Amino acid sequence: MTAIIDYGVGNLFSLKSSFAAIGCEAVVTGDPDVIAESERIILPGVGAFEDAARKLRDSGLDRVVIRETEKGKPLLGICLGMQMLFEKSYEYGEHAGLGLIAGAVRPMKGVIPDELKIPHIGWNGLIFPKNRERSALYRYIDEGDCVYFVHSYYGADCDESVSALTEYGALLTASVERGNVFGTQFHPEKSGSVGLRILKAFTEIE
Amino acid sequence: MITKRIIPCLDVRNGRVVKGTNFENLGDVNDPVALASYYSEAGADELVFYDITASSEGRALFTDILKKTAETIFIPLTVGGGINTIDDFDRVLKCGADKVSVNSGAIRNPDLICEAAKKYGDQCVVISADVKRVDGQFTVFAKGGRENTGMEAISWIRRCVGNGAGEVVLNSIDTDGVKNGFDLEMLDAVCSAVSVPVIASGGAGKAEDFVTLFKTLPKVDAGLAASIFHFGEVKIGDLKRLLAENGINVRQITEEREL
Repeated sequence: MTAIIDYGVGNLFSLKSSFAAIGCEAVVTGDPDVIAESERIILPGVGAFEDAARKLRDSGLDRVVIRETEKGKPLLGICLGMQMLFEKSYEYGEHAGLGLIAGAVRPMKGVIPDELKIPHIGWNGLIFPKNRERSALYRYIDEGDCVYFVHSYYGADCDESVSALTEYGALLTASVERGNVFGTQFHPEKSGSVGLRILKAFTEIE
Repeated sequence: MITKRIIPCLDVRNGRVVKGTNFENLGDVNDPVALASYYSEAGADELVFYDITASSEGRALFTDILKKTAETIFIPLTVGGGINTIDDFDRVLKCGADKVSVNSGAIRNPDLICEAAKKYGDQCVVISADVKRVDGQFTVFAKGGRENTGMEAISWIRRCVGNGAGEVVLNSIDTDGVKNGFDLEMLDAVCSAVSVPVIASGGAGKAEDFVTLFKTLPKVDAGLAASIFHFGEVKIGDLKRLLAENGINVRQITEEREL
């Protein structure tokens, strides 16, 4: 069973539906016992970093996620959920993240050419770094396949963890990975059949 | 590089898609869920569901349809029509919508955009503007294009974006239904005024109109149309191939593989 962490942020309807579509049991939950019993964890998130990080902390689920991850349970952070895996974010100030991925979340502004719009919103292709093995998340898709992004900040200073990039005036982090910790900046639950294949691959990670 | 989006729009009344269709292989052409899956498989990058129901029964049917669609297809869904309050946002977001487009509701209450953007984020709020030239000036119309608000359109759209709208759908009443191409002049004016994505609507009559749109105005992010897709005059797969042949970056659907 996959636990989709519910800490009062974002819309979990599509995420839950996408697990049903690939034939995998998923439970939307904020209950530490259910999370402890799960085989893997999804950390979703939309909106502002500070607000989401505070809600996760206030619910006490930050510690639950870290504890379960330390046991070796696969964790997938999605969008803001990926950004929260980082040590810190510079979205409106400086805020601490879960520290599961070394690096910081920084604004795209100034990194990409001025004429490009922010947020980076829409379908963009995945680029796999040459210097590392293909992520287990991508076993059922090809390089160049498009996924759906909506974000204004990006994962920086995380070269060692980058498992895919995307090009938007600059190469931006599309996904990260360190051991059993995974994160996608894009929304697999909104990326059509490519996204479903990524989720399917995640459910097969032991 | 980011791709240009192709967005079919489905008008739904009392749980059924209005405007007939003549697709082969589609048993019930007025079933929104079937039509949505058909478009998704054909390569639509996003879908807009527009609720043109007036009754509360129709509204309940609409949210039911939305839920079924969101359970079946996994591309971004935008919902418009009858969005007047934060509760309306809440109602459709809970059923699986990703973005909510406001039109007359924002004209009646401009704070609606502010409030919604604060609660759900800018990326969730789309300003949809029906615009027509009146005495040479771009003017905003309300109530499905029936009521002249007297407001100048560019400043109105700029204000909505300032309030937190994360995307603009520009529907030109002047070119809508004419099928002679998008309103490039009006779109250019809006693209120059705002820095958020702009979606062109109104006027597509053939696939080449999308090529002209993206070639002439590289700043336009997406093209939206209804009838040419519903009537099968333009197939999304063919359209995307044509765009790619013309050097426009689009998302191509690869052959479906078993999960």
